[in-house]
Amino acid sequence: MLKIAKKNKKRDRLNISESVFRKILYLAGICMIVIIFTIFLTLLVKSLPAFRTLGVHFLYGKTWDPVSSEFGSIPFLVGTLITSFLSLIISIPFSLSISIFLGEYFREGMASSLIKSSMELLAGIPSVIYGFCGIFILVPVVRAIEMKLGITPMGVGIFTASIVLSIMVIPYSASLGREVIQLVPSELKEAAFSLGATRYEVIRKVVLPYARSGIFAGILLSLGRALGETMAVTMVIGNMNAIPKNIFSPSNTMASVIANEFMEASPGSLHLSSLVAVGLLLFVVTAVVNIIGKYIIKKLSVEI
Amino acid sequence: MESTVLKIEEFYAYFGDHCVLNNVSLSIPRNKVTAVMGPSGCGKTTLIRCINRMHELIPGTRVSGKIFLLDEDVYATNPIIVRRKIGMVFQRPNPFPTMSIYDNVIAGYKLNGIRLAKSESGRIVEESLRKSALWYEVKDVLHRKGTFLSGGQQQRLCLARALAMNPEIILLDEPTSALDPKSTSHIEELITQLENDVTIIIVTHNTAQAARISDFTAFMYLGEMIEFGPTERMFTVPQDKRTEEYLTGKFG
Amino acid sequence: MKSGIGFRVAKDVIFRGMIILFSILSGIPLIVILYFIVKNGISSINWDFIVNLPKPVGEIGGGVSNAIIGTFILIIISSIISVPIGLSAGIYLSENRRGKIPYVVRLCVETLQGIPSIVIGIIAYTWIVIPMKSPSALSGGVALGIMMLPVIIRTTEETLNLIPISLREASLALGVPYFRTILRVVLPAGLSGIVTGILLSIARITGETAPLLFTAFGSNFMNLNVFKPIASLPLVIFNYATSPYNEWISLAWGASFVLVVLALGLNLIAKLVVRKWKVQF
Repeated sequence: MLKIAKKNKKRDRLNISESVFRKILYLAGICMIVIIFTIFLTLLVKSLPAFRTLGVHFLYGKTWDPVSSEFGSIPFLVGTLITSFLSLIISIPFSLSISIFLGEYFREGMASSLIKSSMELLAGIPSVIYGFCGIFILVPVVRAIEMKLGITPMGVGIFTASIVLSIMVIPYSASLGREVIQLVPSELKEAAFSLGATRYEVIRKVVLPYARSGIFAGILLSLGRALGETMAVTMVIGNMNAIPKNIFSPSNTMASVIANEFMEASPGSLHLSSLVAVGLLLFVVTAVVNIIGKYIIKKLSVEI
Repeated sequence: MESTVLKIEEFYAYFGDHCVLNNVSLSIPRNKVTAVMGPSGCGKTTLIRCINRMHELIPGTRVSGKIFLLDEDVYATNPIIVRRKIGMVFQRPNPFPTMSIYDNVIAGYKLNGIRLAKSESGRIVEESLRKSALWYEVKDVLHRKGTFLSGGQQQRLCLARALAMNPEIILLDEPTSALDPKSTSHIEELITQLENDVTIIIVTHNTAQAARISDFTAFMYLGEMIEFGPTERMFTVPQDKRTEEYLTGKFG
Repeated sequence: MKSGIGFRVAKDVIFRGMIILFSILSGIPLIVILYFIVKNGISSINWDFIVNLPKPVGEIGGGVSNAIIGTFILIIISSIISVPIGLSAGIYLSENRRGKIPYVVRLCVETLQGIPSIVIGIIAYTWIVIPMKSPSALSGGVALGIMMLPVIIRTTEETLNLIPISLREASLALGVPYFRTILRVVLPAGLSGIVTGILLSIARITGETAPLLFTAFGSNFMNLNVFKPIASLPLVIFNYATSPYNEWISLAWGASFVLVVLALGLNLIAKLVVRKWKVQF
């Protein structure tokens, strides 16, 4: 009798531990869903005052002036989009070259390890250090260029920020591109070679088209990173809340204006709420880019 | 007089809507080697996985019917307790890669939090490794991890691990299909030696193996138990036509 | 048609040359950055630098001891928050590969990875700094912890997915209950991958500045109280680099050196962990 009772107790204890364990795992998963919703809802709620006061003017207003309580987000949208796309344009030739270098020409060996390691190191350097080096290494150079071109030699601005950003995003598109290029089946390449194609032609006409969805995915990953990049950009973009006139103008991005002004805005003020609204805008833009990216990748890979 | 250690009564098993075991009834005699054979897909692996309640770990499965281990209803007991009384050796050797050979043998105790005195665990390790004919090969390297052993040795380690729990029955799921002929014959020798201590049920697709080592044979086809009886009789005068066709190689 | 072939061969050679050239050029920024950090940083590093607190402008001998300690405190807080939840969620996803809820959870993890760090700072500010009426190490730790989650969850899930089912089955067949199977068989087998994931996520947040701007906020004093603002290396670099004082700028170079060594060192250790601890099947 006692033995059965003991057995039942043990069985019950085991059953309880089982279900507790499974519940904990489940809750951890749900936690993630809760976090995402909390983030979105917090941004929404805290930016509501701004939307209520400013209305749609927030989205197309060209002036951002805390003193006169005018908060239009266009300058930052423009700043963000220009710097991000410019940095992509600058970085693509380099990251694509590295993908081809590592995926085709030098898959193993010293050269491969060297380039691979330098990509990893580049990705591992914190953003604030990129900004720091940007200030002291790149800005003087840009200033010199501006002087030659007869523009006000500020050194900071969209151009500088784009260059710094482009260096920062190279590792991301390079590594993804390399993986996809390596995955191209050798049978396809051999078929092309056997028809008398040169290496360049095989890469251009067989490898790259086959790998294009992965390469595109890498580019989108870089774009996502560039859009949200804060510190390096803040330190070299010049921090001016106006739509940039040309490529050398100082400007601000959505992320950098938040970084600059958040602590100065009084809690509960329209200023703060507008800044949160900019944060919401940033969140939405990055999320949309990521979703579009995943959708396009799915479509491109299915075709293969 | 043979006693029955396992009784399977009118047992059905399903994968979703697909019936994989159809009204199977079987009595397994104690301390003998029983082979379960049949062509691929006949349900033999499913049957033994139902005996130690591993089948239900796959989502979408369902069973009905009864299985009695000695006098206990297997499906009315906590599966964990059932599995401690029934040992299993799998097709591919799977020793725990993060544990030493010593710890692998007593893994059943360690993982269940059962504390053993050092002398006790040492005794169990030696006894189990001797029973699985691995002791002399590993007694000096008990504290190394088991992944450097050959396939045959790893499988014997898994056998020792199962034996260490002192089970009533050991289920062997095609234990030699991933091994070379020499290791296979080692394991077959072991099986015949072990039957004094424990009941053995072995699933095999190799009819010659069944003929070599088993006392009783069960033949299954398309989820049904076609015939069961002493091996010698099954192989010389099979009662069912399908048994005869399988044994003579007409299918499977 | 010989010239046709010659032209094609020439294109081939030029292409290869350009690929190599561009690849090498990509490495130049790295060399430049590391050169300047080492050159300017090492000269700033001395005993005062490591041990002293920041001094007002004009006084020599200022240091960043509070920032070094602060960085470590933030790492500890964020790890305490993110490792248990991240591991559990990673195990959950690996054990539940199909289903609606795991799908949604995965989606959320991917989304979280893409959220800019400064937005996470805003969230931590709203939920912790405002109720506490003060910036604090805790809020900074929470922000960093949230950023660590996606990396930990993803590497845990991927590592565990690689572990063959036969291992689980071997344990379950011995009568070991499910939770012990996971905790004492599956997790240990995947330990190298999991530890790597944790190290990499720490390396990522060590250099993060944006979320700390309005949470941890920074401080000129040594502070061990998690409910008060705290200094950290990236914040020091940001504040001093943008200042007009030369002494502070040299401190920033020194701090950059320490930070780079820390971040790259963690990455290196993560790689070594994989090599030494990886379990073969």
